[in-house]
Amino acid sequence: MDYRWDFSAVLVNRALLLEGLQNTLILGTTCLALGLFFGLFVGAARYSANRWLHDPASVFVEVFRNTPVLVQIMWFFFAFPIIAPFQINAFTAATLGLTLNTVAFSSEIYRAGLQSIARGQWEAGKALGMTYWQQMRRVILPQAIRRMLPAFMNRAVELFKMTSLASVIAYGELMHKAKVISTIAFNPIEMYTAVALIFFAILFPATVLVRRFETSRNVRS
Amino acid sequence: MSPVLRLEGLHKSFDNLEVLKGIDLEVARGEVVVLLGASGSGKSTMLRCINFMEMPTAGRIHFDGDLVGRERNGRVQYKEEELTRLRARVGMVFQQFNLFPHMTALQNVMEGPRTVLRCDARECQRRGETYLNKVGLGWKANDYPARLSGGQQQRVAIARALAMEPEIMLFDEATSALDPELVGEVLETMKGLAEEGKTMLIVTHELGFAYTVADRVLFLSEGRILEQGTPSEVLTYPKQQGTKNFLRGHGTFRLPEPQID
Amino acid sequence: MGYEWDFAIVLRDFDLLWLGLVNTLKVTGLSLLFGVPLGLFLALLRLYGRWPIRLPAAFVIEFLRTTPPIAQLFWFFFALPILIGVEIDPFRASILTFSLQSSAFFAEVFRGGIQSIEVGQWEAAKAIGMNRNQTLRRIILPQAVKRMIPAFLERAIELMKTTTLVSTISYADLLYQANSIAQSTFRTIEVFTIAAAMYFVVIFACSVAIRRLEKHLARSGETIVH
Repeated sequence: MDYRWDFSAVLVNRALLLEGLQNTLILGTTCLALGLFFGLFVGAARYSANRWLHDPASVFVEVFRNTPVLVQIMWFFFAFPIIAPFQINAFTAATLGLTLNTVAFSSEIYRAGLQSIARGQWEAGKALGMTYWQQMRRVILPQAIRRMLPAFMNRAVELFKMTSLASVIAYGELMHKAKVISTIAFNPIEMYTAVALIFFAILFPATVLVRRFETSRNVRS
Repeated sequence: MSPVLRLEGLHKSFDNLEVLKGIDLEVARGEVVVLLGASGSGKSTMLRCINFMEMPTAGRIHFDGDLVGRERNGRVQYKEEELTRLRARVGMVFQQFNLFPHMTALQNVMEGPRTVLRCDARECQRRGETYLNKVGLGWKANDYPARLSGGQQQRVAIARALAMEPEIMLFDEATSALDPELVGEVLETMKGLAEEGKTMLIVTHELGFAYTVADRVLFLSEGRILEQGTPSEVLTYPKQQGTKNFLRGHGTFRLPEPQID
Repeated sequence: MGYEWDFAIVLRDFDLLWLGLVNTLKVTGLSLLFGVPLGLFLALLRLYGRWPIRLPAAFVIEFLRTTPPIAQLFWFFFALPILIGVEIDPFRASILTFSLQSSAFFAEVFRGGIQSIEVGQWEAAKAIGMNRNQTLRRIILPQAVKRMIPAFLERAIELMKTTTLVSTISYADLLYQANSIAQSTFRTIEVFTIAAAMYFVVIFACSVAIRRLEKHLARSGETIVH
């Protein structure tokens, strides 16, 4: 156990790591934004009584919730290009996999949030002569989103952890940079410790925030 | 013979709020003492201090003539093991019953003898059946609490406390959470115990019950014993204004006195 | 889209995929076996330890929960052997990583379950003279565990999905087998689709079972902790 820790190689390569972190954030925020946006429509479709909307949405959600996200990413990187009419690089494949995964999970959050709003709220909107989307946008969502916020934040934390899987298909995010550097500098201990600490430093405050929010909400209700 | 229970200068504060401001009390063997008082007068807190569900801030508690804890430099220090042993000798019945929902009525009653007293299987069974029968629920032995009415649940809770064969029973508003039509059966059970000579300390709002069952009634007000005596002394001929006000509040509805300037 | 599908060539290697699935289940099962008791232990330390124990326990739990599992796996596979001077094969590294990783999540499930039990249950047990260990063992945990079952199974499913990472350190799980068959047959799309379908069948079956169980528990009046 007389290993001598040496973080100098980590520091020397900080520009590379920073670039990796930047790519991690780009991938994470892209998938989060797209995932939450499309998730609303899928969630609304699953909430809908029309089975032509409901059933396909359900199939989509079940498939993406019940398969491992790494398999999804690998599928989009290795398998999908064969039938896709366009080129797919590592970023596109990772974005597709992670976004669709986020769509599936966030749609469930939207659906649960929508279901938690009393029917009377819809009826009140309807009675004022609002259309379905007006009721949704003006009456239901503003109430539901507050309740959904902690679940979305948890999802975001999960998503940022999942971006590290893009390293498997050689997208140059933080984990991948660390892998490359550790092979050259032969310092996997310091490198992977550093990566873990960086993720912890970013995501731990986020989880604390979620918990604060959850407890303050519980106290209020 | 020394009293079962003796409280000396019992104080209890929560943060800055002083709830008990010095309680002195002796309870003799076989005595039934009823504690009355408005909500917030400290009667539940007093009861909960006696078996150390709450830790007293100051004062001494003697049980069977022995001081609970160890006195050092004028302060009493307690060891958790000693308190645990003490609680096994004091029975308590809660307002919310607090039956163990994952155990049948019989298992609830046997739990103390089994886990705490480490009785053998036959003795556990004997106690379980004896005390369930005593509260008239032998026929419900294998039902889970969710299947019992509130009154039945509370009677099982009484049996659970009795199964420890405690030297004193504490009742903390045992009927307050019950629907009015279920209060009677629980009071009846408690009355039976009193007639058998159980030592009991009872917090209740049921004045009629207090009148018929109590040997002594205490009236608590603002963390002190304001008045005490036989039921008729305290309930029929109260001396203190505080007691009179309390009893008036519990009387039937009256017309307000005419206001004449 | 002139692609010609050919599943036959892949189905010839189905026994390899099957072996991979068995290995996936093996890693998941063993990690559960170690992760669940360890999780209970961590939860108890976090709930009832004095601060010199509580804070490190909380740190370990939070650290394992907020760092990517792939970084943990690489750490245990590439870094730890150098640190302790002992070779660790992919299988052992996987079990080590996922036992620890899942224990952190199970710790939070246990903690939530224990905290969901009403304070009256503690008081009732205390009043008949039970100490804290007896109360936990006889009164609190039996009730808490029942409430935790759905959350617990959900975590187990998450764990199974996460174990796909072992393919990156060359342990022959389902994903690894799919990848190697794809490389030898060039029927990438068929292999990955079949592998995904196999994951789906297993995981979806578990999800459906959980939903049934949740409904059943909800009917029997038990609240559910997530």
